[in-house]
Amino acid sequence: MKIPYFPGCSLKTIGEGFEKSAIASAAVLDIELNELPRWVCCGTVSSLTTDDLMHHLAPVRNLIRVQDLEETQLVTLCSVCYSTLKRSNTLVKNDPEKLKTMNQFMYRESDYQCNVKVLHFLELLREIGFDKIKEKIKKPLRGLTLSPYYGCLLVRPKEFGIDDPETPTILQALTKALGADVIDNPYQLKCCGSYHTVDKPNLVADLGYKILTYARNSGADALVLSCPLCAFNLDNRQREIKRQYPDFVEIPILYFTQLMALAFDLDEERLGFDIHYVDPVPLLKEKQLLIDSLPLIKEK
Amino acid sequence: MSKTLKLDSEDAKKFAAKIQERSGEPIDMCFQCGECSSACPVSPEMDLMPSTLVRFTQLGLKDELINAKTIWVCASCFHCVARCPKGIDVAKVAEALRQELLRKKLDYVEVRDLSMEERQEIPQIAIISNLRKFSR
Ligand code: SF4
Ligand code: SF4
Ligand code: SF4
Ligand code: SF4
Repeated sequence: MKIPYFPGCSLKTIGEGFEKSAIASAAVLDIELNELPRWVCCGTVSSLTTDDLMHHLAPVRNLIRVQDLEETQLVTLCSVCYSTLKRSNTLVKNDPEKLKTMNQFMYRESDYQCNVKVLHFLELLREIGFDKIKEKIKKPLRGLTLSPYYGCLLVRPKEFGIDDPETPTILQALTKALGADVIDNPYQLKCCGSYHTVDKPNLVADLGYKILTYARNSGADALVLSCPLCAFNLDNRQREIKRQYPDFVEIPILYFTQLMALAFDLDEERLGFDIHYVDPVPLLKEKQLLIDSLPLIKEK
Repeated sequence: MSKTLKLDSEDAKKFAAKIQERSGEPIDMCFQCGECSSACPVSPEMDLMPSTLVRFTQLGLKDELINAKTIWVCASCFHCVARCPKGIDVAKVAEALRQELLRKKLDYVEVRDLSMEERQEIPQIAIISNLRKFSR
């Protein structure tokens, strides 16, 4: 299966390992993720006021690019891009007047016909079936205990979420299928502080402390998630958490696609662990999921 | 110090209607159950609880609302709307209120306030989303 894929800026920078591991593990499942040509930044957060069409233009422009390829689906990895693209798509589908205005404004583009569906990669995996994924496993993640973390935009608001907004199970199902153990974390849906990482890093550290400490105290070896902004707040901001809470013990963060790539035994180059703040490599070696002989960490 | 709230003034009514329209939320339906406030993960940082923000909006208390810290603390995390029995999205109400100031070019965050170190360290997804929420 070939499917257009929207990376967004984060997967080209802080989420490099997310992109590489996703493309490589998708290939194992016979999915070819083709980067959307001429994609533009979706604008990150979706506009929440009724009279602001301007900020829906960029998401819709990306959907027109999909339409121009004569494709009907667009896959994302970043939860933020997913939510923003999906919200704009839903808006124009339900409001022909607004769509008309936007089409007229983007007169150089073809008119958007609302035939594109926005999907998160996790939804695609669920469609394929976790049993099918199981068949491809070469190295089950035995001995690894994980705390799934959904955050906000993957599941809320519910019209735009990929799973139940209060009791989602999709990350649990995937990580279990890959052979790992899963713990329940009541903070799995709690916001990480999002964009406040710019103006209120202390608040983000407070929120991260609770999410991560609960995971650690419940026996999790790492947190598993699907969003580069959550990852920045919960991985890189551990430096600030440590400053604020001297008792804090670091814990690695992994993208679900990195877990898949590990279980499929793909080469480490594609995992991107070298740019994580808390290095997951010692943990993965201890669990014998990575082999010692391969030098993994590039010189900083 | 006492302060008189002019609840029924024309201005208050107009402001309430404006925010209701701009947010697209059925603010009038709020019956103050407090579910949103109990669900909100950042309410300890707020001066007005999310439910109070909605109540004050019903009453059109413009000054109290646009001077509240709350509108700059809301993280648009949608915990409130997931719980509200009336389906009211407080994130939309907060955004409609912020826009009252931002459309007058009263930015809350400016790029030049960020240090060189912060600019290098913080990823674009964070900076862009923050500026989209807190600047014009
Ligand atoms: S939203 Fe980012 S992650 Fe999505 S493309 Fe734009 S600035 Fe990036
Ligand atoms: S958890 Fe944080 S970054 Fe992730 S979607 Fe929520 S607010 Fe956003
Ligand atoms: S969207 Fe805003 S008001 Fe609602 S729960 Fe999140 S931070 Fe609180
Ligand atoms: S949950 Fe809804 S009805 Fe209850 S106080 Fe909040 S906004 Fe009002």
